[in-house]
Amino acid sequence: MTIDELTRTTGEWLRGVGPLADVVISSRIRLARNLSRYPFLSTAGVSDKTAIYRAIVDEIPSVSATDDDGFLVDVEQAEELDRQVLVERHLISKQHAAGEGSRGVSIASDETSSLMINEEDHLRIQGLRSGLQLDTIWDEVNEVDDTLAQRLDFAYDKRLGFLTACPTNVGTGIRVSVMLHLPALKLTREIEKVSRAAHDLRLAVRGLHGEGTEALGDLYQLSNQTTLGKSENEIIAAFGTIVIPRIVEYEREARATLAREKPYELDDRIWRAFGILNNARTIGSEETLALLSPIRMGIHVGRFNRTDINTVNELFLLTQPAHLQKISGRLLDGAARAVARAERIRDLLATDRS
Amino acid sequence: MNFVCQQCKQAKATVHVTDTFPEKRERHLCEDCAAKENLIVTQKHVPTHEILKEFIKQKSGFSEAADVTCPNCGITFQEFQLKGQLGCPEDYTVFAELLDPLIERAHEGATHHVGKVPPKADESIHTHTKLLRLRGELQDAIDREQYERAAQLRDDISALESQ
Repeated sequence: MTIDELTRTTGEWLRGVGPLADVVISSRIRLARNLSRYPFLSTAGVSDKTAIYRAIVDEIPSVSATDDDGFLVDVEQAEELDRQVLVERHLISKQHAAGEGSRGVSIASDETSSLMINEEDHLRIQGLRSGLQLDTIWDEVNEVDDTLAQRLDFAYDKRLGFLTACPTNVGTGIRVSVMLHLPALKLTREIEKVSRAAHDLRLAVRGLHGEGTEALGDLYQLSNQTTLGKSENEIIAAFGTIVIPRIVEYEREARATLAREKPYELDDRIWRAFGILNNARTIGSEETLALLSPIRMGIHVGRFNRTDINTVNELFLLTQPAHLQKISGRLLDGAARAVARAERIRDLLATDRS
Repeated sequence: MNFVCQQCKQAKATVHVTDTFPEKRERHLCEDCAAKENLIVTQKHVPTHEILKEFIKQKSGFSEAADVTCPNCGITFQEFQLKGQLGCPEDYTVFAELLDPLIERAHEGATHHVGKVPPKADESIHTHTKLLRLRGELQDAIDREQYERAAQLRDDISALESQ
């Protein structure tokens, strides 16, 4: 598998399947690990970074032996555009793309897992799936961690657990994130309910691209804040059995209320969005995300069938800047991208399978 | 009234001291002579931002310990505070005194790891961490009045302790 091949598909987290997929876009778990014999990356020199990179890369076959199409990307050497593609697909972080020195990512062929090497910590094991599938992801991530921990010495302290570059990750080193699509709660001005439900369990609510970003396209990310003093299972259970089902219930209620009390306004919103996407001759990626939101909701509440959820997910990812340029086969400036994007959207909506 | 310094007999006396012990007496000194006897504190002009910095230092619990350097990676605690990143795993031990309160605050008061232990760690570490976890779960079960679960956890804990 190569990055070029990746860009033709939507990737695991946008498959639109899995439990509660009408509201839960995707689930993700990552574990932070560091090799005990090396300094953390803020003080690691060039040779340390190279040694860490090699030590981890050497062990990758032990966890991906059955995945013939899995592949390693040398992020340091990779083209800027390829790095951005990986960021848009949530396979590496922005920080990893923009970093310095020896670093890379090992990606499973189905994109359900990736190993980021030399990001903020020496190793970050990530599992990613569409819908609410935290237990499945945890089983996989935990197994990869077990296998690697047999072969590598991770920095670990009897009292503090896994030692990480930033003390906010110490202990389990786990970060659980769930991405939610909450257009109805936004419309009915009840998004506060989400903040409250999250706050009760000390979870953070963020926008699409993580910390400090706006909730583009009505997409919100919930993630745990604390990593010490609770077991991994306890942290995961807080999402899976308490917070997420509650928020999904709120959103479904809000959608039902809108359909019952303001059917014309709701349909108008959906159809206007479709009208713009289907006719625009130049369009930005933020506007695209904003317009795809009511269409996604419309399909899920059964009020719109001119396109299907797969097409919405394709549009969602393939119209982002790096994907758009990759598919066009050339670098485009902002204005040229807006034209290419509009064209791409009209194409995908016209060749719709529904 | 104009006094000349009793000490140097030259400069104008601007510091007037009344001793009450061992006997009452008055003394009139110039600023320099008074400073030599530590009767006054002479201070150069200190810029406001320096005073502010010192104040923040004190209020934020900064101390001499903030200047401790990790012998392994060479960073100081202050450098950590600036960057938000530690330099090496040893820092958790070297800076423990300053770092532990921060960790506690960031993790809702937690001070111990109760999650996963690396598979190849000593059996004693596995047992230790499991005990901590089970005790936490026992407390949780009691808080939620789940007495059956609590009884089971109590049995598990004593079984593990008697190993």
